[in-house]
Amino acid sequence: MAGQTDPHISLFSPQEVEFMAEDELVEIVPNMNMEQLNFISGDFGRFIPQIPTKVPLWLAVALKRRGKCTFRPPGWMSVDNLTQILEAERESQSTFQALPFSYVEIARLLFDHARDDIPDMYMVRSLVEDIRDVRLHKLETNLGSFQGTSAVKISNVSAMEVNIVRPFVIRALEAFYKHDKPEADVDRDTRSSRQQRETNNEPRRPLRQR
Amino acid sequence: MASNSEAGGSADYETLMSTSDVELLKRAWRNEKAAPEILQYEGALVDRAKEQIELVEETIEDYVENGIDPLVVSLYQMDLDRAQFLLRSYLRIEKFMFHNLNSEEAERRLSEQEKVFATRCADDLAKHFEETVLLKLPENYQSVLKQSLISEVDDMVPQPHLDTFVVCRSKNFVSLNLYEEGESPETVEMERGDLYFIRYKIVKRAIESGQIDLI
Repeated sequence: MAGQTDPHISLFSPQEVEFMAEDELVEIVPNMNMEQLNFISGDFGRFIPQIPTKVPLWLAVALKRRGKCTFRPPGWMSVDNLTQILEAERESQSTFQALPFSYVEIARLLFDHARDDIPDMYMVRSLVEDIRDVRLHKLETNLGSFQGTSAVKISNVSAMEVNIVRPFVIRALEAFYKHDKPEADVDRDTRSSRQQRETNNEPRRPLRQR
Repeated sequence: MASNSEAGGSADYETLMSTSDVELLKRAWRNEKAAPEILQYEGALVDRAKEQIELVEETIEDYVENGIDPLVVSLYQMDLDRAQFLLRSYLRIEKFMFHNLNSEEAERRLSEQEKVFATRCADDLAKHFEETVLLKLPENYQSVLKQSLISEVDDMVPQPHLDTFVVCRSKNFVSLNLYEEGESPETVEMERGDLYFIRYKIVKRAIESGQIDLI
């Protein structure tokens, strides 16, 4: 957490990423009556049997574990939608499909605690895992093709994925930037070929550690 | 206790009114963690959060005494735990950050207590270094702050690494100046919700004003 050895590259631990995801709102169907809850983080409720209501993920899991509600799986988690997304991810080498920012964490928590609330659970689960694999693989291959710039835009990457690639990308971009600045006068071609070589050196190390 | 209505992204005023303190604390914690230097210490926010936490702690004790449904009590306790976790992590980050920093700018941002802590810490560190190592080095190299008497600046003090890259997302459409000083000004435009890996220096102002979040 706060005790990091390398202060230059801050990392969130997976638990912290999950913590942040737990504030996402999900829909549940309570099976009991309960008054409104006035939390520090907000007001939720009231809870009426069979009336769906939106609560943060952590609260939903807590209620579910005590048998007080069932989950309504989010729209994006249907077999059809996920199959479509998987197809689209496989087709394009460079763009990522739009998925909720915390889809990994949400999916994992739902699988762990709410299996019976998800239709075709096994199918959904394997789809999500496939999507994760394809996206991670895409991220890895794309990382080798940066041109050195000051800003890189990546759309639709999720929280967990960002966290995984963050240290490497930061180091790579820093290296580009450092080498870019004093060479502003050098011929463009020489610079881009040098960047190519740079790309070849940097990716190997951190990825192989896995 | 603030209510957490759906921030539909319309008027900024509404978003401000409906963001709970916990949300703000979470944002401050996230930004602080991802940034390469200490950000402005959110004293008022921390105090408000502390107050609310204490209030809830008392309420929970009351609930337990009055025999309210233990389920409800445990849920309030969970919410409390989450808020406490955020607060503690945030304070811990502040303390850790200035183990490495001792620049003037950092001092401006720290709270009073932290300044006291920092000076004490720095003094202890200096003494420790002196006794163990520096006295054994040749005379020119004996300062904690300078690499040698020849250096003009305090170059033994690690400067915050402002040129590093961070991941960020903007809340609204934002247009930023990419290059500084004499180079051709280029701008990068960030739509709402886009993710960027970008140099910290460029987005620093925007983060302080709350337009951009670090991730």
